[in-house]
Amino acid sequence: MITQLTATEINTALRAKKVSVKEVTEAFLKRIENFDEEYGAYLALCPERALAEAEAAQAKIDAGDSGPLVGVPIAHKDNISTQGVETTCASKILQGYVPPYDATVVENCREAGMVLLGKTNLDEFAMGTSGENSALRLTRNPWDTDRVPGGSSAGSAAAVSAELACLATGSDTGGSIRMPASLTGLVGFKPTYGRVSRYGLVAFGSSLDQIGPFAKTVEDCSLFAEAMSGYDRKDSTSLQGSKISSADLKTGSLKGKKIALPRELFTDAIDPGVRESVEIAIDVLTREGVDFHEITLPSINYGVTTYYIIAPAEASSNLAKFDGVRFGSRVESTGHVEGFAATRGKLFGPEVKLRIMVGTYALSAGYYDAYYHRAQQVRGLMAAEFEQAFQEYDCILSPASPVTAFKIGEMVDDPMKLKLLDLCTIPANMGGFPSLSLPSSLAGDLPVGILLTGPVMGDEKLLQTAYNIDRALGRDYRRPPIL
Amino acid sequence: MADYVVSVGMEVHAELLTQSKMFCRCKVAFGGMPNTRVCPVCIGLPGTLPVPNRAAVEMVLKTALALNCTIAIDSVFHRKNYFYPDLPKGYQVSQYGDTNPIGYDGYLEIPTPEGGTKKIKIRRVHLEEDTGKLMHLPGGGSGVDYNRAGVPLMEIVTEFPPDIESPDDAREYLVQLRSLLVYLGVTDGKMAEGSVRCEPNISIREKGSTQYGTKTELKNLNSFRAVQLGVAFEAKRQAEVLESGGTVRQETRGWNEATESSFLMRTKESEQDYRYFPCPDLIPMHFSEEQIERVRSTIPELPLAKLQRYRADYALSDYDAGLLVADRDWAMFFEEALELGGEAKAICNWMNGDFAKMLNESGQGAMAGGKSHPERKTSLVRPEHLVDLAKLVSDATINGKMAKEIFAEVFDTGKMPSQIVEEKGLRQVTDTGAIASAVAEVLASNGSQVEAYRGGKESLIGFFVGQVMKKTQGRANPQLVQDELKKQLSGD
Repeated sequence: MITQLTATEINTALRAKKVSVKEVTEAFLKRIENFDEEYGAYLALCPERALAEAEAAQAKIDAGDSGPLVGVPIAHKDNISTQGVETTCASKILQGYVPPYDATVVENCREAGMVLLGKTNLDEFAMGTSGENSALRLTRNPWDTDRVPGGSSAGSAAAVSAELACLATGSDTGGSIRMPASLTGLVGFKPTYGRVSRYGLVAFGSSLDQIGPFAKTVEDCSLFAEAMSGYDRKDSTSLQGSKISSADLKTGSLKGKKIALPRELFTDAIDPGVRESVEIAIDVLTREGVDFHEITLPSINYGVTTYYIIAPAEASSNLAKFDGVRFGSRVESTGHVEGFAATRGKLFGPEVKLRIMVGTYALSAGYYDAYYHRAQQVRGLMAAEFEQAFQEYDCILSPASPVTAFKIGEMVDDPMKLKLLDLCTIPANMGGFPSLSLPSSLAGDLPVGILLTGPVMGDEKLLQTAYNIDRALGRDYRRPPIL
Repeated sequence: MADYVVSVGMEVHAELLTQSKMFCRCKVAFGGMPNTRVCPVCIGLPGTLPVPNRAAVEMVLKTALALNCTIAIDSVFHRKNYFYPDLPKGYQVSQYGDTNPIGYDGYLEIPTPEGGTKKIKIRRVHLEEDTGKLMHLPGGGSGVDYNRAGVPLMEIVTEFPPDIESPDDAREYLVQLRSLLVYLGVTDGKMAEGSVRCEPNISIREKGSTQYGTKTELKNLNSFRAVQLGVAFEAKRQAEVLESGGTVRQETRGWNEATESSFLMRTKESEQDYRYFPCPDLIPMHFSEEQIERVRSTIPELPLAKLQRYRADYALSDYDAGLLVADRDWAMFFEEALELGGEAKAICNWMNGDFAKMLNESGQGAMAGGKSHPERKTSLVRPEHLVDLAKLVSDATINGKMAKEIFAEVFDTGKMPSQIVEEKGLRQVTDTGAIASAVAEVLASNGSQVEAYRGGKESLIGFFVGQVMKKTQGRANPQLVQDELKKQLSGD
């Protein structure tokens, strides 16, 4: 089945003319039609655009284009703007909104010859850890459809895992790529802040948001990150020289690599099964010559608290534009203010409203210094603590998630416990660091992710380390058993 | 009635003369069909991001330097959060804080009636974006025009306690500030089109008291006159409230141009909480010494300095010099004429007299710096025309009356005055023989008036001059005519 191949394999088959881009595209569209009912990965499909892009990709291949991802069918998270394709952020407030422009990543992917199949489900406005906060659809974990796929990029993880797309983009504000990648057995990567343009990504926490790839292998992940990255003058926070290179991915060695293990992420807060899986990996890597050191990064303990001030504060402002005046849905009322209140009151989901309220409070006069300003100071300390560690160590390794995929609905009554699950992933967003979740051995029947975090602009080295670790762990990509 | 003093804080917004908007590439212009100069960025579509307009940043930097401000080495943009339909993103990108605005702690000097100057302290000069405009639709309901949304807007705020202490001060501050901004080339200065908008905060207190009164904010002031009248009206209104035992409420009031009075728009019960925080989509601006010096070097001589120089170097009156410097292009015209050898007082008289009047009547603008007028039809009259004309008068080639007629022709045709004189043979008659015979003829044919003159009615001299000029088709040199008349009238 062509749909179970990696991106590299599909591209090779296309260039060998064993199959056409149209056939590959249609195979995926057919699979989506047959199986997405079960997984709930997609919010919108764009078969016409897909077939047009397939035709353009085929022309590139026929002209000898050697791009490594030409003709590979992908999906974009539905908080990434796509011209002519509805972009809802899984919120009722944006239902019916069709952007008149493509996000820079969407353009970059198209230029690299990838074919867009559709838009994937997410926690409403990317606010959630489990993927259960979509106002439009429930997404299930392909490893066990009674379980959550992880959030907020739930649909992207489910789509790639269930082979309903070869690759997918996600966005990661506090772990929204790495958490679901961990829970669905994929490679999920959040690049250094500023290496992938945010232009066209519907903002949640602007200083934390970063777009990145979901893939089955580190090689696919690196190539995909390379294709979507690069300086963009439309994003003032974009970094010069930010194109990610895959040239040296398969070089280097683990021998003598210094990797730090922060004590704060190997506590009882981590499920035993997860810890065991990560420790097995550490044993294997130690034998491969990796030089592991236990260190302490005390600021990690303030990460979740700090994050839940900064991200909602920025969100409260970013989401102010959703007033029903210019786009999306509107609830009619008398007067402007009343119209805003009715629209926002009825069409935002509970988690979004909660975060807007928290953020509004944190920014309000008299509380700004105690909350937002203080949180920014802690954030600075946290980044400094990590930067100091990177002076000595190549990267930091920990579990990506304290738990494996849990049952749908299991944590709805304990929102605090759910939020604490972002413990491992949040620091990378705070410091803008590149961070990647890589599958290790299963815990029970469920995937576990190892989290690797490196210094700013160290994306290539981090990917290279991940590639070598993956090889050392000696496993091929593992499909969900149901497939 | 107790003796009250008025204090005025001024908040002035100026739309910057950039090609494009503050954070996108949409064109900046006035009027036009609603929503024809908009894009995903300036209507705040989800996912869009701002890219700052460097020209706008430099214009504010230039203004801040001209207003003697301290320049913030690192200056950030903040988000000012509030809801209104004309605000596309639910927040306005602006600048907050005491030492964060591009410029702070400056001053502007304004002339005083006594001939001196007075410093008006400036608290801040910062950069922000304009909002759209809410409109009531003819068929009912409201619409929003976002053409103006995102236009770069500079805000200039005076320091507290205020230095502006009278309606005249308020007017003069705005006159000087507007003129300075136009000189700097950062705004077109059109108050009627809202390019420069002024919102004074007005309070009164009893003379001698150090306790400032509650202030009211005045809006819709579209001219210098309105500012002066508005401040005076508010001061009087507040005094009447206090005298009748009431208290002044903190409120925003509108100015009604027709009735020349203010009306209540809204009361400010509490300060609105705008939840300012640094805009995470924009990186801090950093100004290097080099950049600051480069921008400083582009600041031209400013209007007040120019006025003082004209007064000192050319012995022009405050009034005349004031008219010349009010508009930078006009002052440049004057200076170009002087460079070409024109005599200051004569050039000034032509400019502020006939030339200004004719430009006004024809709706034309004077060319400046060798360039045509940016908006209006450019007058054919160049500095060299006035220099030539003044010279023809000063060397007595033509007389003043002839000069006026010639100027009218220059204005219409753009011909050089000396060329007109040549073509039409308009040289003034200075031949004393010819003048003597004309005078003799006039005296011979006006016997009774000659009798009366000699009988003591010397005012008749004007009549005789007129008759001689008529006889010479206005070309006789009036001084020579007068001399000759006196000679012949007394000679017999």
